[in-house]
Amino acid sequence: MMVFPPASFLSGRLLLEEEIPFPLPDSPAIQKLPGLSKRNSRLYCERCGNNEKERFALFPCARCQTECLYCRHCLMMGRISGCSRLVYWTGAEPPYEGEGILHWKGSLSEGQERASQAVTQAIRENGEQLIWAVCGAGKTEVLFRGIEAALLANKRVCIATPRTDVVLELAPRLQHVFPGTKVAALYGGSPDRHLYSQLVVSTTHQLLRFFQAFDVMIVDEVDAFPYSCDPSLQFAVQKARKPDAALIYLTATPNERWQKDCLHGKKAFVKIPARFHRQPLPVPQFSWIGNWKRAVKKGRLPASITSWAARRLQVNKQSLLFFPHIEWMQQALPLFQQLDSSIAAVHAGDPERKAKVAFMRDQKIPLLLSTTILERGVTFPNIDVAVIGTEDEVFTESALVQIAGRAGRSADFPDGEVRFFHYGKTRAAVKAIAHIRQMNKEGLEKGWLDR
Amino acid sequence: MSSCLLCGESVNGRLGWRPFFLLEAPPSICGACRRQFEPIIGERCRACSRPLAALDPAFIREDRCLDCCRWEEDSFYKGVLAGNYSLYTYNEAMKDFIARFKYRGDYILAQVFAGEIKKAAKQLPHDVAVAIPLSQERLMERGFNQAEALAQAAGLDIEDVLQRVHGEKQSKKSRSERLEAANVFGVKEKSSICHKKVLIIDDIYTTGSTLRQAAYLLKQAGAAEVRALTLARGQGT
Ligand SMILES: [Zn+2]
Ligand SMILES: [Zn+2]
Ligand SMILES: [Zn+2]
Ligand SMILES: [Zn+2]
Repeated sequence: MMVFPPASFLSGRLLLEEEIPFPLPDSPAIQKLPGLSKRNSRLYCERCGNNEKERFALFPCARCQTECLYCRHCLMMGRISGCSRLVYWTGAEPPYEGEGILHWKGSLSEGQERASQAVTQAIRENGEQLIWAVCGAGKTEVLFRGIEAALLANKRVCIATPRTDVVLELAPRLQHVFPGTKVAALYGGSPDRHLYSQLVVSTTHQLLRFFQAFDVMIVDEVDAFPYSCDPSLQFAVQKARKPDAALIYLTATPNERWQKDCLHGKKAFVKIPARFHRQPLPVPQFSWIGNWKRAVKKGRLPASITSWAARRLQVNKQSLLFFPHIEWMQQALPLFQQLDSSIAAVHAGDPERKAKVAFMRDQKIPLLLSTTILERGVTFPNIDVAVIGTEDEVFTESALVQIAGRAGRSADFPDGEVRFFHYGKTRAAVKAIAHIRQMNKEGLEKGWLDR
Repeated sequence: MSSCLLCGESVNGRLGWRPFFLLEAPPSICGACRRQFEPIIGERCRACSRPLAALDPAFIREDRCLDCCRWEEDSFYKGVLAGNYSLYTYNEAMKDFIARFKYRGDYILAQVFAGEIKKAAKQLPHDVAVAIPLSQERLMERGFNQAEALAQAAGLDIEDVLQRVHGEKQSKKSRSERLEAANVFGVKEKSSICHKKVLIIDDIYTTGSTLRQAAYLLKQAGAAEVRALTLARGQGT
C-alpha cells in the first residue's frame, strides 16, 4: 500500500478515522472531533449537518458496547456513529507544485467573454458571481481564465456539480487545458479519492469530506436536483470552502428567489442568453392530451403522442421523451414498442443506463423514453424532445427549461422541436416557455443571434 | 408523519388513512419500494426454497433442485440441514437492501421485514433460534451482526451458541474448498441445543455451505433437527 504523507492526505479534509489508510502519527496538527454532537439541544452530524431527529437511528454498537446513534443521512459515505471521530489537519497546506497555465486555443463568444471577465474578477477579489447561461452557451469555457488566474495565485479551486456524469465529463476537459496540474475527479467510488490536488472536480456529495479546503468554489447547476432539494449539499459547499473563498455559481435556470435578486440588483450576475452557435433556443409548444394515465392504463397512447412519435420514426429523426415517473414510463414502453421494437426506456437506477445512452448516441435507438435523469448534461446532437405529463410537479420551471435545452444543440442541427404534452398547463410550464422566449429576445437585442 | 426507510418519501401520504390508535407506527417502507422486492411464491425447492419456475428443468429432480440432491449425496453433509426457507429472491432491490443494511450498516432496516420473518419463524417448528455469527474482526468493522439484527427485530430470542473459529473470507473459494473448510464454526454452549429443534437465522442463502457447516456442528453437538430461515435466496452454484 502507498504511504501518504499526512499533510497532503489530511489537509482540507474531514475524514472518519477508519477512512485513513495509515496509522495516524502523533502530531499537534492532527485534531479529532466527535462525529455526532449536540447543537442548540439538537443532535447534529458533524459531517453532513443533519439535525433532523428522524434521520438518526440507534443500533447496539459492538465497538462501544452501547446503544449507539448513527446518522442515516450520510450513511452511504461510511457510517458515522456516536463513537466515531472525525480527523482534520490544522497544519500548513501542502505547496502547489504544478504549473497553472491555461493551454487552450479556442475563442469565446461575446457573451462568454463578458462572463469570463466577471468570473476572473470575482476570483481575484474573493467575490461572488452568478453566471446565468442558457443550455448550450458553453459555460465551461467561461471558467478557464478564472481558473488559470486562481492557480497562478496558488489558490485551490473546486468545481462542484450534483451529478457524477458531469464530473466524468468535466474532469478530462479541464485536464486537457491545464496539463500542468493534476485534476482530481471525485465521486462515489472514484480512484482519485486520496489524491491531493489544486484543481478538484467533485460531486456536491463528496464535498462532505472536505473542510475549509478551497479558495475558489464554483458550483455548477445550483438549481439541479438533488442539490436544490437537499440542504445538506448546500451545507457541503459552505463547509468545503474557506470562509473568504470566491463563490461562482453557474446555472441555466436560477430559482425564483435568485431571479428576483438579480432583477433587483441584489446579486451580481452575468447573463448569456444565446447559445454558442448563435441560433435561438427552440421554444416548446403545448399539446393537450387529456387523461393520458387512464389511456395508458387501458393500453393505448393518446393519439397526438402516437402521431408525434410516428412522424419522427418515419423521417428517422431521433427523439427523447420525458416521463414524470418510472412506473408510468414502464407502462407506456410496450405501447411505444408497438411502433418500433427498438424503442427503449432509461431511468436512474437502470443498470444499463450507460449502454442505452451510448446506443442513443450511436443512433441505434430511434426514440428513448426517460425519467428526468437525462434532463441535464447528456447531449445528443440532433433530436426532438417531448414531455409526457408536463402537468406533473416534478417538471419545475428549471427542469422544463433544461429538458427543452436538449434540443437543437449542435450548430449543424440547431432546430429541434420541443413539445409539452399535458393534461393541464401548470404555472411552471408557462414560466419555462416565457423564460426561453425572454432569453431569445435578449440574445437578439444583444446581437448574439444570427436570426 | 413517518418517512419510507428506503426512499424517504412520506409513508402516511401513500398509505392513506390509518387508525388513530396507531399513532406511532413502526418505521417502514412505502408501497413503491416494497413492490421492488420479489417474494418467493409458487413452486420452490422443498429443501432450499429456490424458485423452480425460473430454473432449467434439467436442474430439477421432482420437488428439489439439483444442488440440494448433490448435498444429500455428500456423505458428510447428508441430512444435516432439514431445510431452508427464504422469503424473497435476491433481485436488484434485495441486493441493494442487503448492501445498505449489512455493509453500510443501516441497522434500522432490520425492521422492514421483521413482521414477515416473525410470521415465517412461527411456521417453522423450533425450540431454539440461533444466528450465524461474525468473526470479531468483522463484527468490529460492521458494528453489528446482521443475522442477529434480523432475528431481534422479529422478536426472536437468539441463543448465543455458535462462534466463528475462522474468518469470513471464504467467498472467493470454490465450492469444494468451502466444503472442506468445515470447522469455520464452533459450538460454545451445548446444553441449550441438546435434543432441541434449532432454527438458524441468516440474511441470505447463497450456496448453502455456510448454513450447512453450522448445521453440521449443531447436529454434532446434539441438536435434534436444524432448519434455516433466510431473508433472501441468492443464486448459488
Ligand atoms: Zn458505538
Ligand atoms: Zn450525517
Ligand atoms: Zn420508499
Ligand atoms: Zn434446493
